[in-house]
Amino acid sequence: MTAFTPLAALLGGALIGLSAVLLMLIEGRIAGISGMASRILPPWRGGIAPRAAFLAGLVAAPFVVQAVTGSPVAQTVSANLPLMAAAGLLVGFGAVLGSGCTSGHGVCGLARLSPRSLVATLTFMATGFLTVFLMRHLLGG
Amino acid sequence: MPVLVNLALGLLFGLGLIVSGMSNPAKVLNFLDIFGTFDPSLAFVMAGAAGVALVGYRLVLRRRAPLLAPRFELPTRRDIDARLVAGAALFGVGWGLGGFCPGPAFTALGLAAPGTLAFVPAMLLGMWLARRLPASG
Repeated sequence: MTAFTPLAALLGGALIGLSAVLLMLIEGRIAGISGMASRILPPWRGGIAPRAAFLAGLVAAPFVVQAVTGSPVAQTVSANLPLMAAAGLLVGFGAVLGSGCTSGHGVCGLARLSPRSLVATLTFMATGFLTVFLMRHLLGG
Repeated sequence: MPVLVNLALGLLFGLGLIVSGMSNPAKVLNFLDIFGTFDPSLAFVMAGAAGVALVGYRLVLRRRAPLLAPRFELPTRRDIDARLVAGAALFGVGWGLGGFCPGPAFTALGLAAPGTLAFVPAMLLGMWLARRLPASG
Protein backbone atom coordinates (compact mmCIF):
# COMPACT_ATOMS: atom_id res chain seq x y z
CA MET A 1 0.00 0.00 0.00
CA THR A 2 1.24 3.50 -0.82
CA ALA A 3 -0.69 6.66 0.06
CA PHE A 4 -2.32 8.73 -2.70
CA THR A 5 -0.38 12.03 -2.67
CA PRO A 6 -1.98 14.32 -5.28
CA LEU A 7 -0.31 17.59 -4.23
CA ALA A 8 3.22 16.19 -3.98
CA ALA A 9 2.58 14.41 -7.30
CA LEU A 10 1.50 17.63 -9.03
CA LEU A 11 4.38 19.61 -7.53
CA GLY A 12 6.99 16.98 -8.40
CA GLY A 13 5.47 16.66 -11.87
CA ALA A 14 5.74 20.43 -12.33
CA LEU A 15 9.46 20.27 -11.45
CA ILE A 16 9.92 17.53 -14.07
CA GLY A 17 8.05 19.68 -16.61
CA LEU A 18 10.16 22.72 -15.69
CA SER A 19 13.36 20.73 -16.23
CA ALA A 20 12.08 19.63 -19.66
CA VAL A 21 11.14 23.21 -20.64
CA LEU A 22 14.50 24.63 -19.52
CA LEU A 23 16.38 21.90 -21.44
CA MET A 24 14.44 22.90 -24.56
CA LEU A 25 15.05 26.62 -23.95
CA ILE A 26 18.77 26.27 -23.30
CA GLU A 27 19.87 23.25 -25.32
CA GLY A 28 16.96 22.72 -27.72
CA ARG A 29 16.53 19.08 -26.76
CA ILE A 30 13.72 16.79 -25.60
CA ALA A 31 14.17 15.55 -22.02
CA GLY A 32 13.95 11.87 -22.88
CA ILE A 33 15.89 9.81 -20.36
CA SER A 34 16.09 6.63 -22.46
CA GLY A 35 17.37 8.67 -25.41
CA MET A 36 20.12 10.15 -23.25
CA ALA A 37 21.03 6.81 -21.67
CA SER A 38 21.19 4.97 -24.99
CA ARG A 39 23.38 7.68 -26.53
CA ILE A 40 26.05 7.36 -23.88
CA LEU A 41 26.47 3.76 -25.09
CA PRO A 42 28.45 2.84 -28.23
CA PRO A 43 28.28 3.54 -31.16
CA TRP A 44 29.00 7.14 -30.13
CA ARG A 45 27.80 9.94 -32.33
CA GLY A 46 28.66 13.18 -30.57
CA GLY A 47 27.13 14.98 -27.61
CA ILE A 48 27.91 12.41 -24.95
CA ALA A 49 29.09 14.77 -22.18
CA PRO A 50 25.86 16.82 -21.80
CA ARG A 51 23.75 13.66 -21.72
CA ALA A 52 26.03 11.97 -19.20
CA ALA A 53 25.87 15.14 -17.08
CA PHE A 54 22.05 15.12 -17.08
CA LEU A 55 22.06 11.46 -15.98
CA ALA A 56 24.64 12.30 -13.29
CA GLY A 57 22.21 14.95 -12.01
CA LEU A 58 19.52 12.26 -11.71
CA VAL A 59 21.90 9.99 -9.79
CA ALA A 60 22.90 12.87 -7.47
CA ALA A 61 19.31 13.94 -6.70
CA PRO A 62 18.56 11.56 -3.76
CA PHE A 63 21.83 12.56 -2.05
CA VAL A 64 20.94 16.25 -2.35
CA VAL A 65 17.48 15.53 -0.91
CA GLN A 66 19.06 13.52 1.91
CA ALA A 67 21.54 16.32 2.68
CA VAL A 68 18.80 18.99 2.73
CA THR A 69 16.04 17.13 4.58
CA GLY A 70 18.22 14.92 6.77
CA SER A 71 16.12 11.86 6.02
CA PRO A 72 16.83 9.14 3.44
CA VAL A 73 14.74 8.81 0.28
CA ALA A 74 12.25 5.99 0.89
CA GLN A 75 11.86 3.33 -1.74
CA THR A 76 10.84 -0.29 -2.00
CA VAL A 77 12.62 -2.22 -4.75
CA SER A 78 11.92 -5.88 -5.44
CA ALA A 79 14.81 -8.11 -4.34
CA ASN A 80 13.89 -10.73 -6.97
CA LEU A 81 17.06 -10.25 -9.00
CA PRO A 82 16.20 -12.39 -12.07
CA LEU A 83 12.85 -10.58 -12.27
CA MET A 84 14.51 -7.16 -12.00
CA ALA A 85 17.10 -8.07 -14.62
CA ALA A 86 14.36 -9.23 -17.01
CA ALA A 87 12.43 -6.03 -16.29
CA GLY A 88 15.50 -3.90 -17.03
CA LEU A 89 16.20 -5.73 -20.28
CA LEU A 90 12.60 -5.21 -21.46
CA VAL A 91 12.53 -1.54 -20.39
CA GLY A 92 15.83 -0.74 -22.13
CA PHE A 93 15.13 -2.71 -25.28
CA GLY A 94 11.53 -1.50 -25.54
CA ALA A 95 12.39 2.15 -24.91
CA VAL A 96 14.96 2.26 -27.71
CA LEU A 97 12.82 0.20 -30.11
CA GLY A 98 9.82 2.44 -29.39
CA SER A 99 11.90 5.66 -29.56
CA GLY A 100 11.17 6.77 -26.01
CA CYS A 101 9.98 6.09 -22.50
CA THR A 102 7.79 7.68 -19.85
CA SER A 103 9.69 10.98 -20.08
CA GLY A 104 10.24 11.33 -23.84
CA HIS A 105 6.80 10.05 -24.89
CA GLY A 106 4.75 10.39 -21.70
CA VAL A 107 5.80 13.92 -20.76
CA CYS A 108 7.60 15.69 -23.63
CA GLY A 109 5.74 13.97 -26.48
CA LEU A 110 2.30 14.47 -24.99
CA ALA A 111 3.18 18.12 -24.33
CA ARG A 112 4.05 18.45 -28.04
CA LEU A 113 0.74 16.72 -28.94
CA SER A 114 2.67 14.08 -30.88
CA PRO A 115 0.43 11.28 -32.17
CA ARG A 116 3.32 8.79 -31.92
CA SER A 117 3.83 9.65 -28.27
CA LEU A 118 0.12 9.32 -27.52
CA VAL A 119 0.05 5.83 -29.07
CA ALA A 120 3.27 4.83 -27.26
CA THR A 121 2.00 6.13 -23.90
CA LEU A 122 -1.37 4.38 -24.20
CA THR A 123 0.43 1.18 -25.27
CA PHE A 124 2.94 1.03 -22.41
CA MET A 125 0.24 1.97 -19.89
CA ALA A 126 -1.93 -0.87 -21.21
CA THR A 127 0.81 -3.53 -21.09
CA GLY A 128 1.95 -2.18 -17.71
CA PHE A 129 -1.57 -2.54 -16.26
CA LEU A 130 -1.87 -6.00 -17.80
CA THR A 131 1.51 -7.14 -16.45
CA VAL A 132 0.73 -6.02 -12.89
CA PHE A 133 -2.71 -7.64 -13.11
CA LEU A 134 -1.16 -10.94 -14.22
CA MET A 135 1.64 -10.84 -11.64
CA ARG A 136 -0.43 -9.75 -8.64
CA HIS A 137 -3.89 -11.19 -9.25
CA LEU A 138 -3.50 -14.25 -11.46
CA LEU A 139 -0.03 -15.58 -10.64
CA GLY A 140 0.00 -15.63 -6.89
CA GLY A 141 -0.47 -11.98 -5.83
CA MET B 1 28.77 25.26 -19.80
CA PRO B 2 26.36 22.73 -21.41
CA VAL B 3 27.67 20.11 -18.99
CA LEU B 4 26.84 22.27 -15.94
CA VAL B 5 23.42 23.17 -17.35
CA ASN B 6 22.64 19.51 -17.97
CA LEU B 7 23.85 18.50 -14.53
CA ALA B 8 21.59 21.12 -12.91
CA LEU B 9 18.59 20.17 -15.06
CA GLY B 10 19.13 16.47 -14.37
CA LEU B 11 19.18 17.30 -10.68
CA LEU B 12 15.93 19.28 -11.03
CA PHE B 13 14.33 16.39 -12.94
CA GLY B 14 15.49 13.95 -10.25
CA LEU B 15 14.13 16.19 -7.48
CA GLY B 16 10.80 16.15 -9.31
CA LEU B 17 10.86 12.34 -9.40
CA ILE B 18 11.64 12.16 -5.68
CA VAL B 19 9.13 14.86 -4.57
CA SER B 20 6.41 13.19 -6.63
CA GLY B 21 7.21 9.77 -5.17
CA MET B 22 7.98 8.31 -8.59
CA SER B 23 11.49 7.32 -7.51
CA ASN B 24 9.76 4.61 -5.47
CA PRO B 25 8.83 1.59 -7.64
CA ALA B 26 6.16 0.58 -5.11
CA LYS B 27 4.20 3.74 -5.97
CA VAL B 28 4.48 3.11 -9.69
CA LEU B 29 3.37 -0.53 -9.33
CA ASN B 30 0.39 0.56 -7.25
CA PHE B 31 -0.60 2.99 -10.00
CA LEU B 32 -0.57 0.07 -12.42
CA ASP B 33 -2.60 -2.08 -9.98
CA ILE B 34 -6.05 -0.68 -10.77
CA PHE B 35 -7.83 -3.73 -9.39
CA GLY B 36 -5.74 -3.91 -6.21
CA THR B 37 -3.88 -1.31 -4.15
CA PHE B 38 -4.49 1.47 -6.70
CA ASP B 39 -2.58 4.74 -6.10
CA PRO B 40 -3.49 7.34 -8.76
CA SER B 41 -0.50 9.62 -7.95
CA LEU B 42 1.37 8.84 -11.20
CA ALA B 43 -1.46 10.32 -13.28
CA PHE B 44 -1.08 13.59 -11.33
CA VAL B 45 2.68 13.57 -11.90
CA MET B 46 2.21 13.17 -15.64
CA ALA B 47 -0.51 15.83 -15.69
CA GLY B 48 1.73 18.26 -13.79
CA ALA B 49 4.76 17.56 -15.95
CA ALA B 50 2.99 17.51 -19.31
CA GLY B 51 0.91 20.55 -18.32
CA VAL B 52 3.97 22.66 -17.50
CA ALA B 53 5.76 21.40 -20.64
CA LEU B 54 2.70 22.04 -22.84
CA VAL B 55 2.67 25.72 -21.90
CA GLY B 56 6.45 26.08 -21.59
CA TYR B 57 7.26 24.47 -24.95
CA ARG B 58 4.82 26.84 -26.68
CA LEU B 59 6.59 29.84 -25.23
CA VAL B 60 10.11 28.47 -25.86
CA LEU B 61 9.46 27.29 -29.43
CA ARG B 62 8.49 30.81 -30.50
CA ARG B 63 12.21 31.54 -30.41
CA ARG B 64 14.36 31.01 -33.48
CA ALA B 65 16.96 29.01 -31.60
CA PRO B 66 17.75 27.77 -28.11
CA LEU B 67 20.12 29.78 -25.92
CA LEU B 68 23.18 27.54 -26.16
CA ALA B 69 22.64 25.51 -29.38
CA PRO B 70 22.26 26.47 -33.04
CA ARG B 71 18.80 24.94 -33.46
CA PHE B 72 15.97 23.02 -31.82
CA GLU B 73 16.23 19.25 -32.26
CA LEU B 74 12.64 18.02 -32.40
CA PRO B 75 11.36 14.61 -33.49
CA THR B 76 9.61 15.01 -36.85
CA ARG B 77 8.06 11.60 -37.48
CA ARG B 78 4.30 11.35 -37.19
CA ASP B 79 3.68 7.83 -38.55
CA ILE B 80 2.63 5.01 -36.24
CA ASP B 81 4.83 2.01 -37.11
CA ALA B 82 5.18 -1.51 -35.73
CA ARG B 83 8.46 -0.69 -33.95
CA LEU B 84 6.83 2.11 -31.98
CA VAL B 85 3.97 -0.08 -30.80
CA ALA B 86 6.09 -3.21 -30.19
CA GLY B 87 8.75 -1.21 -28.34
CA ALA B 88 6.19 0.57 -26.15
CA ALA B 89 4.44 -2.76 -25.44
CA LEU B 90 7.69 -4.44 -24.31
CA PHE B 91 8.62 -1.35 -22.32
CA GLY B 92 5.28 -1.51 -20.48
CA VAL B 93 5.79 -5.18 -19.58
CA GLY B 94 9.22 -4.40 -18.08
CA TRP B 95 7.80 -1.35 -16.31
CA GLY B 96 5.02 -3.49 -14.81
CA LEU B 97 7.48 -6.17 -13.68
CA GLY B 98 9.99 -3.89 -11.96
CA GLY B 99 8.18 -0.60 -11.31
CA PHE B 100 11.14 1.27 -12.79
CA CYS B 101 11.35 3.30 -15.97
CA PRO B 102 14.72 4.81 -16.96
CA GLY B 103 14.50 8.13 -15.03
CA PRO B 104 13.61 6.65 -11.62
CA ALA B 105 16.11 3.83 -12.19
CA PHE B 106 18.91 6.41 -12.43
CA THR B 107 17.73 8.28 -9.32
CA ALA B 108 17.71 4.94 -7.47
CA LEU B 109 21.12 3.86 -8.71
CA GLY B 110 23.21 5.45 -5.96
CA LEU B 111 20.92 4.09 -3.23
CA ALA B 112 22.20 0.71 -4.47
CA ALA B 113 19.29 -1.60 -3.66
CA PRO B 114 20.14 -5.07 -5.04
CA GLY B 115 17.10 -4.98 -7.36
CA THR B 116 18.26 -1.65 -8.81
CA LEU B 117 21.76 -3.01 -9.35
CA ALA B 118 20.23 -5.89 -11.33
CA PHE B 119 17.87 -3.60 -13.25
CA VAL B 120 20.16 -0.81 -14.48
CA PRO B 121 22.91 -2.87 -16.19
CA ALA B 122 20.21 -5.05 -17.80
CA MET B 123 18.44 -1.89 -19.01
CA LEU B 124 21.64 -0.56 -20.56
CA LEU B 125 22.23 -3.96 -22.21
CA GLY B 126 18.68 -3.88 -23.61
CA MET B 127 19.26 -0.39 -25.02
CA TRP B 128 22.55 -1.47 -26.57
CA LEU B 129 20.89 -4.52 -28.15
CA ALA B 130 18.04 -2.45 -29.58
CA ARG B 131 20.47 0.04 -31.09
CA ARG B 132 22.19 -2.83 -32.91
CA LEU B 133 19.01 -3.71 -34.79
CA PRO B 134 19.10 -2.61 -38.42
CA ALA B 135 17.37 0.72 -39.02
CA SER B 136 13.72 0.46 -40.05
CA GLY B 137 12.87 0.99 -43.72
